Amino acid sequence: MNLAAVGRPGTPEPWRDPDAVPFLRIEGVTKRFGSFVALDDVSLSIYRGELFALLGGSGSGKSTLLRCLAGFLELDAGRIILDGQDMAGVAPYARPVNMMFQSYALFPHMSVAQNIAFGLKQEGMPKPAIAARVTEMLALTRMEGFGDRRPAQLSGGQKARVALARALAKRPKLLLLDEPLSALDKNLREATQFELVNIQERTGTTFIIVTHDQEEAMTMATRLAVMDRGTLAQIGTPGEVYEYPNSRFTAEFLGTANILEGVIERGEGGGARIGSSEYEFDIVTSSPAPKPVGSRVFVALRPERMRIARVASGTPHADNRLVGRVRDIAYFGDFFMVHVAMEGGRTLRVSLPNLRRITERPVDWEDVVAITWDADAGVVLPE
Amino acid sequence: MRRLKLRLLVPLGLGFAFLYLPILLMVAFSFNDSRMVTEFTGFSWRWYGALFANEALMQALFLSLRIAAISATMATILGTLAGFALFRFARFRGRALFGAIMAAPLVMPEVITGLSLLLLFVGLESAFGFPVGRGADTVAIAHATFGAAYVAVVIQARLADFDLSLEEAAMDLGARPWKVFCVITLPLIAPGVVAGWLLAFTLSLDDLVIASFVSGPGASTLPMVIFSAVRLGLTPELYALATLLLVAVALALLVALRFGLAPGRAP
Amino acid sequence: MNRARWLVLALPVVWMALFFAAPFAIVFSIGFTESAEGIPPYAPLLRWREDGSPYLQLNLENFRLLFDDPFYIEAYLRSLRVAAISAALCLLIGYPMALAIVRAPARWRAALLMLVVLPFWTSFLLRVTAWIGLLQDRGWINSALLALGVVEAPVALLYTDLAMYLGITYCYLPFMVLPIYATLSKLDDSLLEAAADLGARPVRAFLSITLPLSLPGIIAGFLLVFIPAVGEFVIPELLGGPGAQLIGRVLWTEFFQNRDWPLASALAVVLLIALVVPIGLFQARAARA
Repeated sequence: MNLAAVGRPGTPEPWRDPDAVPFLRIEGVTKRFGSFVALDDVSLSIYRGELFALLGGSGSGKSTLLRCLAGFLELDAGRIILDGQDMAGVAPYARPVNMMFQSYALFPHMSVAQNIAFGLKQEGMPKPAIAARVTEMLALTRMEGFGDRRPAQLSGGQKARVALARALAKRPKLLLLDEPLSALDKNLREATQFELVNIQERTGTTFIIVTHDQEEAMTMATRLAVMDRGTLAQIGTPGEVYEYPNSRFTAEFLGTANILEGVIERGEGGGARIGSSEYEFDIVTSSPAPKPVGSRVFVALRPERMRIARVASGTPHADNRLVGRVRDIAYFGDFFMVHVAMEGGRTLRVSLPNLRRITERPVDWEDVVAITWDADAGVVLPE
Repeated sequence: MRRLKLRLLVPLGLGFAFLYLPILLMVAFSFNDSRMVTEFTGFSWRWYGALFANEALMQALFLSLRIAAISATMATILGTLAGFALFRFARFRGRALFGAIMAAPLVMPEVITGLSLLLLFVGLESAFGFPVGRGADTVAIAHATFGAAYVAVVIQARLADFDLSLEEAAMDLGARPWKVFCVITLPLIAPGVVAGWLLAFTLSLDDLVIASFVSGPGASTLPMVIFSAVRLGLTPELYALATLLLVAVALALLVALRFGLAPGRAP
Repeated sequence: MNRARWLVLALPVVWMALFFAAPFAIVFSIGFTESAEGIPPYAPLLRWREDGSPYLQLNLENFRLLFDDPFYIEAYLRSLRVAAISAALCLLIGYPMALAIVRAPARWRAALLMLVVLPFWTSFLLRVTAWIGLLQDRGWINSALLALGVVEAPVALLYTDLAMYLGITYCYLPFMVLPIYATLSKLDDSLLEAAADLGARPVRAFLSITLPLSLPGIIAGFLLVFIPAVGEFVIPELLGGPGAQLIGRVLWTEFFQNRDWPLASALAVVLLIALVVPIGLFQARAARA
């Protein structure tokens, strides 16, 4: 498997460097609430300057992990080591970590400037220095002129920026963001996402963002971790995790995936041939199979990597080609999601960009269609 | 906009009539020219004059105001600490017992509380020689004790509406727990603290039974004086006093409404 | 439990232990003493024999008297009855008021609640006094009745049981309205909408949905009125007749007029025991809240 760098050329990738020292080491962290295990032996290394996303559904443990990092929860097992310092027993007010809360938690009885200055006052910073830093933070988050306003007078997006400014004011080593954009509407969210990434790159602060929105994680993060029921399902760059998911869970969590089950029949031309008694077609992949011949495996096929076209009734199946009937078409404006029924009843989803207009779509309900894909489209899931 | 249905409006109106008829009658007849309690002969301020000339009453009023202010302050301190502890500290040894003790004064019949406190003071005096005799101090202590229970209830209600993430944010930004309490929590529950103080003040001003038990010679509170006066017979002076109290309280509540301290509304 | 928490708890715990809990123990013990001359007017509980060893002189006469003399038992039962009826009256008047306030437009609610609470903030004693003015033979009600020709002679309203019920209901009404309002205001409007959607008429929806769900408020209000009313002194004293010997009044008389502190203490102890169940109920609900 050739994992070429999937980022902007020139972006450092410390996790590939065997000599790089992780900035944050989470080792074997376990947290229980009564009999419920929220975090189960979680280990993770994060490097300085990363914008790391913790992605997962409710109950996956991502918020719990964040709160452990902030110091609001004590660990039942494991260690958290930040910049060489063990955080055990260190209270939240003593950690070089700051948090941007989901509800923003802006102090309602203080002005914007006072909110931002709060953390600096606790450090005992002299007044002129505080004023200068507050001005700097207001400029950074493009909230100049808002210093005297009260939180109640701000819109959702403005509150988010103040919360960020307040959290960055102390120049923390680590900034934690708890679903920071969940309260914003779609357009505002996208704009704020770009701003967040810009600010992170400018300040060089290590960010850890918790989110359930996989698009958000994929667009913003340098690396992400998918969490499932208290454990890490997969860690990697967005490209790695999306293109090469390591399990059904990850494949289906990020984006959509068609999962087909089969048996590895043999190796073929550097890849593998997977067949199944259920379907009449074989799947041929270009990457070598991670399991021996004869094993049952799952193959993930992304809807956007498959092509669809009308064919005459009776057209046979072939390698990497199956024939079915269009059962449903969902219109998303910029693309169609075509649901194709195979013989035997299973439905596959294929996405089709809307290049012309909805009235000129290439396929229609009840059409007989052939779905084809290239050999490098199918990913055999390791488990 | 929902309009109130007639079938609800009628009981509401009747209920308010029931509540306010006696009060309105008192107000009206406080301006009565004659001593007769039921016949209105003319408009006059004389009973207000008689009220202010009544030395015993005036002295008792000032004593009661002093005791009320002191005991309300003590009650607020005790009740705020207790309410905070009961609401925020999830588990501690004796929590159930402490909660029961803090809630008991709310329902305990006053004769029991008064009697028991008097016996305590008498016992303390004979064992330690302190407190010497009974008077304003013992009344203040007694009032602070049951006042604290009410303040604790008000504070807990206020805390229920409080957003915990504000305290977490403050801690995250470097403030230690005591600092967080002073700079974040206290200012935001301040309306509750003020409401608690006012409640304790009113309860103290109004208490007859407990004060009768624990007070001493020379320390007659306003309710005690009124009680003796009522037994002798109604005079319109009492109506004048009632009217003044009503006006004072109504003004105070208007001020409170103006500053957003209404019950059931968060600032 | 860490030190910081202890600092917060120390003051209230010590205060309440000394000035609320300890006194109960003392009342309990004084109930076992004998009435005596002097100050304080009871004989000491702890005595010493000639050889210097202490012993407890327990006097059970007080408690025996309470159970032998029907006067006291009747007083207890009367108190329970009056308190229960008054609480029921408060419920009858207070529930519709609370319901009306909850259903009123939002901007009126604060003002309406304020109006309910306002009388409570004026003098309790003076409000009872107003009822004397209303109910006495030459009072407002009788004057109106006479003037209207409805009756020929003044109706005896004061110093009756009716007067007591009116007085207690009047003074304790806010304690019923507020808890019921609090419970009703937390009810989800959409429950009633769902009931209507499923075909229930308003009265039915009220009986099946609103009323059962407001039960916690009703019980809280009932207890907040009933328990203190059992020991009520002022209202029976000022508005009730000579036969209205409620236990609060009896205790007061024994204490202030007969100077029989031990008997008064015994009365208080038995009253407390009689109220243990309702008080426990109240505590349990308060703890659950």
